[in-house]
Amino acid sequence: MSEKIKLTIDGKKCAGRPGRTILEVARENDIWIPTLCFDERLEPYGACRICLVEVKGAGGLLPACAAEITPDMVVKTSSKRVDSIRRTVIELLLSDHPADCMTCESTGSCALQDLAYRYGIKESSFKGEAHSYHLADDNPVIERDPDKCILCGRCARICDEVVGPGVLGFVGRGFDATVSPPYDRLLEESPCLFCGQCVSTCPVGALTSKLSEGAGRPWELESTDTICPYCGVGCTLRLWTRDNKVVNVTAPMDKGVNRGNLCVKGRFGFQFIDSPDRLKHPLVRGKDGRLRKTTWNKAISLVAERLSETRDKHGADSVGGLASARCTNEENYLFQKFMRAVVGTNNVDHCARL
Amino acid sequence: MFGSGAMTNSIGDLGYADVTIIIGSNTSETHPVISMEIIKAVKAGKKKLIVIDPRNIMMADFAEVSLNQRPGTDVAVLSGMMHWIIKKGLYDREFVETRTEGFKELKKVVAAYTPAHVEKISGVPAAKIKKAAELYAGAARANILYAMGITQHVTGTDNVRSVANLASLTGNLGIPGGGVNPLRGQNNVQGACDMGALPNVYTGYQKVADEGVRHKMEAAWGVELPEAPGLVSTEMVRKRSEGGVRAMYIMGENPMVSDPDLNHAGEVLKNLEFLVVQDIFLTETAELADVVLPGLTFAEKDGTFTNTERRVQRVRRAVEGPGEAREDWRITCDIATAMGYPMEYGHVSEIKAEICSLTPSYTGISWERIEEKGIQWPCPTPEHPGTPILHVGQCARGKAKFMPVEFKEPAEKPDRQYPLVLTTGRILTHFHTGSMTRRCKALDELVPRAEAEFSPHDAKRYRIKDGDMVELTTRRGSIDVTATVTEKANPGVVFMPFHFAESAANVLTGGALDPVAKTPEYKVSAVKVKKKPSK
Amino acid sequence: MLNRIKSPLQVADVVRECGEALGREKSRFVICAGTGCVAGGSMDVFREFERLLKAKGLYGDVQLLFEGHTSPVGVIFSGCYGFCQVGPLVQFQPKGIIYTKVTVQDVDEIIKTTFEEDSVVERLLYRKHDGTLCPTEDEVPFYGKQKRVILAECGHINPEDIREYFATGGYQALASALSKMDPDGVIDIISRSGLRGRGGAGFPAGRKMALARESQGGRKYVICNGDEGDPGAFMDRSVLEANPHSVLEGMAIAAYAIGADKGYIYVRAEYPLAVTRIDIAIDQARRSGVLGKGIMGTDFDFDVEVFQGAGAFICGEATALIRSIEGFRGSPEMTLSYYPTERGLWGKPTLLNNVKTLAFIPKIIANGVRWFTGMGTKGSPGTAVFALTGEVRNNGLIEVPMGITLREIIFDIGEGVPGGREFKAVQIGGPSGGCLPRELLDIEVDFDSLLDAGAMMGSGGMVVVDDTTCMVDLARYFLAFTRMESCGKCVPCRIGTKRMLEMLTRICEGKGEPEDVGRLEELALDIKEGSLCALGGTAPNPVLTTLRYFKDEYEAHIHEKRCPAGLCANLVTFHIDSEKCNGCTVCARNCPADAITGEKKKPHVIDQDKCIKCRECLSRCRFDAVYTE
Repeated sequence: MSEKIKLTIDGKKCAGRPGRTILEVARENDIWIPTLCFDERLEPYGACRICLVEVKGAGGLLPACAAEITPDMVVKTSSKRVDSIRRTVIELLLSDHPADCMTCESTGSCALQDLAYRYGIKESSFKGEAHSYHLADDNPVIERDPDKCILCGRCARICDEVVGPGVLGFVGRGFDATVSPPYDRLLEESPCLFCGQCVSTCPVGALTSKLSEGAGRPWELESTDTICPYCGVGCTLRLWTRDNKVVNVTAPMDKGVNRGNLCVKGRFGFQFIDSPDRLKHPLVRGKDGRLRKTTWNKAISLVAERLSETRDKHGADSVGGLASARCTNEENYLFQKFMRAVVGTNNVDHCARL
Repeated sequence: MFGSGAMTNSIGDLGYADVTIIIGSNTSETHPVISMEIIKAVKAGKKKLIVIDPRNIMMADFAEVSLNQRPGTDVAVLSGMMHWIIKKGLYDREFVETRTEGFKELKKVVAAYTPAHVEKISGVPAAKIKKAAELYAGAARANILYAMGITQHVTGTDNVRSVANLASLTGNLGIPGGGVNPLRGQNNVQGACDMGALPNVYTGYQKVADEGVRHKMEAAWGVELPEAPGLVSTEMVRKRSEGGVRAMYIMGENPMVSDPDLNHAGEVLKNLEFLVVQDIFLTETAELADVVLPGLTFAEKDGTFTNTERRVQRVRRAVEGPGEAREDWRITCDIATAMGYPMEYGHVSEIKAEICSLTPSYTGISWERIEEKGIQWPCPTPEHPGTPILHVGQCARGKAKFMPVEFKEPAEKPDRQYPLVLTTGRILTHFHTGSMTRRCKALDELVPRAEAEFSPHDAKRYRIKDGDMVELTTRRGSIDVTATVTEKANPGVVFMPFHFAESAANVLTGGALDPVAKTPEYKVSAVKVKKKPSK
Repeated sequence: MLNRIKSPLQVADVVRECGEALGREKSRFVICAGTGCVAGGSMDVFREFERLLKAKGLYGDVQLLFEGHTSPVGVIFSGCYGFCQVGPLVQFQPKGIIYTKVTVQDVDEIIKTTFEEDSVVERLLYRKHDGTLCPTEDEVPFYGKQKRVILAECGHINPEDIREYFATGGYQALASALSKMDPDGVIDIISRSGLRGRGGAGFPAGRKMALARESQGGRKYVICNGDEGDPGAFMDRSVLEANPHSVLEGMAIAAYAIGADKGYIYVRAEYPLAVTRIDIAIDQARRSGVLGKGIMGTDFDFDVEVFQGAGAFICGEATALIRSIEGFRGSPEMTLSYYPTERGLWGKPTLLNNVKTLAFIPKIIANGVRWFTGMGTKGSPGTAVFALTGEVRNNGLIEVPMGITLREIIFDIGEGVPGGREFKAVQIGGPSGGCLPRELLDIEVDFDSLLDAGAMMGSGGMVVVDDTTCMVDLARYFLAFTRMESCGKCVPCRIGTKRMLEMLTRICEGKGEPEDVGRLEELALDIKEGSLCALGGTAPNPVLTTLRYFKDEYEAHIHEKRCPAGLCANLVTFHIDSEKCNGCTVCARNCPADAITGEKKKPHVIDQDKCIKCRECLSRCRFDAVYTE
């Protein structure tokens, strides 16, 4: 391990390994530096300019997200110059951004809104043309609203750097640049995998989940961290619930093997939980051959009776049991214990090979 | 070979490898978040990728070299690579000498597998085999990822051994960014195996046949236990005359979609004397049951899952289940109790404690310790930090033993009557038998139906257009499915997913099993195609 | 054409051989074929010379000279000779006679008078505005105060024949680098010469080379930045068109110094003539053994490829240019932890220099450090190339020693402002530069003094404006350019330039608010400091300098709703002075809005309701009767 570099941020003595950025060291030391285009899953990009800080002796202001620490560096995260530029950046963004926070899906989890609040900007002092695109994407999961896009490039970069297909990219330049699939097509006409990684990284309301539209503000929801029920990677999911219903799924950035990443199933595959098809009562097959509702007591007794009967009549090995690769360890443990200790057979398996 | 079917290394260290081989894994569709780790490293210029797959999967887009082998010829391809590595002296001499045994035998067996010979068997150009071999062997740290494309063959065990031989030969064991990494297909398939939901082992792969272990279990459970290993699922689901069982208790499985040769499986299940199915939906299997018991989803219960990198992680209840549905473990307890064996636990953590007490590799993984962050087994003591990389310094079984294998053809080869190879597998948007994902409106809208993938070459040959309905027939049965024509498919090979009950691919798949692992040969069936008249 | 050169020592022989061969031509006509003169028809002029000389039995092909023949007169076309204002230009060498605005019809007379009669065609000579005739270069004021170093051969040699370049001593610098110097020796010379990057920022060229040399990483690259995009700038184009080998030689020397084996010339696709000539030069250089594998028989390999840019201004920025070659969208990257010299093209160490910087390298290697530092100022040695344009009598491409004053450039070389107007300001450095007023005419031009004044050397555009130019409108013009060319990556440049432009437009339209001056200045400073790359970092310069030097004009627009220059349409009305108007009806006939009425030979009037302020009447009136208020 290489020696740590010592530096001062806002008067606080800090240290970090070589190659760390000012932003990383500041965050480790609970020093706040605003960011918009930064996502720890991505290479630093330096486009939003909101994280500019003053560094003694540096020619100009440096973006904290990309500037690496150097020995005895003296950093000021806030100053008259820095704050002026930050305010200008926020005001410029707001000057081309709909003021519909009341109904925006991202209210409460919007980085631009938070910054405007933090810097007390009620209204942009810049007046001028604002974009108004009309976009209707038919796909069932991702809602795009280019009017709200701040062109931080996070969606395009995550699709390219992390997911791979690079479906989104910049089109046009300057004030009229937009983010779009090639040839301004819709997502469903592109190689989009619908993983929603772009949704996960969008700092504003330009990319949101259609599944969670109108589901509630962040402070109205409860969250529970758990593990994804699909493939074997074991991603950490954050289930957002309201009124006993899962309304959204995200992935925490600081937890789990996935560190904020998810795929289409993990992120958008939660609707089965409250499917009307769910089994709600034990069923038993009647004389007419149809399955009918029954009580737990009757069902359990019947199962116990019939399994015992087969075992007693034909031997324990005439009974087989399939445990489940989707159930918990504890359930699988009990199941095999049941088969071995109660039924008395090693005929227990699950679909490991399928 | 050097232990159990789990990743030797961790997901977090996949990125460290300078070279990664992906063989028999459509990673971006079956393990998307792992594919992101790989792609990120490739895009950042930190990794070179070798993809070995019969199809032109998305991962191949990021590969330095991409090999399309004829389905079922993996042993030949891997042997060809080993042949070249030995011939060019690119293997890790020190590792081979100090940490392995059986090198001479391996050398002897792979001697016949010259790249030119392997080209004839597998269809992979010799130059590509050489390039892949040199790339892999030349890397300071290189790992291999594989999945069902390796195991679901009659030669599945041989395939796995070949993969392990290759890794040992190059010393890529026990180091960060190295290893042999099977990617497990289901959220807790690792855990179910670890928990002994297998006919020959108790928890932590303690053998049923081992008397000492059995006595330990008998003492803990207070009963006498059977000595003989049991049947695997495909052996259970057989006609009684062929040794099948009379009654079954199925928890959260759907063999009516996932088992091979479904016509046969359906017949057996229908004729069981008694079938109880415990599930969250009335699955195709539950529809055949005498009793159906409503269980809970992952979001409605507490417990633990173990992922493909052996990490035991907490599952937490977020919502209450519907109606009278109950936690699956409580149901099992109630049945046990009703059968005269009282099983009573106040909370899952008590079951977890029992697991820890009986399972050496899980001993230190207590409920409390994994509250924040999961732990990777083996974790033998409450202080042990867990094991991110297996076989550091030494393999679990001492020296790694090379297990040289000869190439064998799949059970079924295409012929005049069934001229194409059908290979089945998973797609990104759906999961397993589709019982969950098909009931997610959004996912089902994204991919509403099964599609069989034909290469443009085969499409032309059989006059199939994108979107045509076709009938696929094997020696086991026929199904109707929508055809799609794609460059992803190579001539002679048809791929289709098995998630869709209405176009159940497993009606077509064969009954042949790997003789050791008992894994069905899902990846190779001889099939014929007929275009259906358009309505 | 030429045999392959097999050793560096052989170059001197080739140089001598070419010199001797060309010396067998006793005199020659040189037809300027820079883009400007070509557009004026100079290739037709050239062909007419060829035709007539052939017909007279005078014309000797250059090839014949090399075969030992002598020739009384020859004709070649050259690259840009600089004085574009009066093109097509024809020189007669060795006498140095310059003919201006030559047409095909003049050729016969030129040959007769100049060659056969040993006299001059007076009507085609340059005439100073006091009427004096200037037959030769020395007498033409445009060339008087110039110091042509990298332009020395421009306009004198045929850029499509490598032998002409050899004849000027070409590739001797590369030969001596390869035979007498190690890479550090080359870097040492360039460092000591004090050469600064001519792309505009003035980074020490030697230091950049040293950084690229120190970088590890396998393959290295040299890139020549010819993506000249400033409105009114054409220095790089001219050098590439007129003397492409000087750039190739510079690149090869730089490549030798840093250890590169591959180079790219990034040139705008809008410069087709430059592209053609570089392609020809590369081909000839390869065949002569001064480019490609085993240069001059040594083990030094270096080859060059031309990459045509698609015309985005931002691609002149180093990192955007590199992305563009890599096939990505041209947008700048952060270079905080590393420069392109460390991680550039394809992630490999890359030396990226402007066309002119590279063209200086062989000159410095050949002539030495003292020669170079003998020109210019202490901080900015050498010469500077400017494209002098706008409201100045002599437009064209000039090369002057650093330290020359603006006044000398504009009033001596440029001969001042035409049409009886007053000099008002000069915009230096294109849209990234600043507007300097009359009071600063005596500053000595170099990298540092211009920065102090709020402008910058930039790529070297110099646009002179007179008193009919509204400075707010001028700032608006340049902002319109940068707003259009902003890549959109960073917020300050993307939205900031748009908002500045909107504010300037409002002010020009008379809708400015009193707070706008402060707001504009504040925004300009934030964009300057907050932007990601130099495009945004310098885009506010025209606004900041006009605010600094011409604040009164802003205030007049805002407070008095008046445009002092009488230019901003919303703030000006057009009138006809009834005393001066003689009723010629020209204005009325040309008014597109039918706003002017009046009887023949009687004073006309403008209907203010109909007037669309197109200025047509103002420019048409020959009696100065139309005025603005």
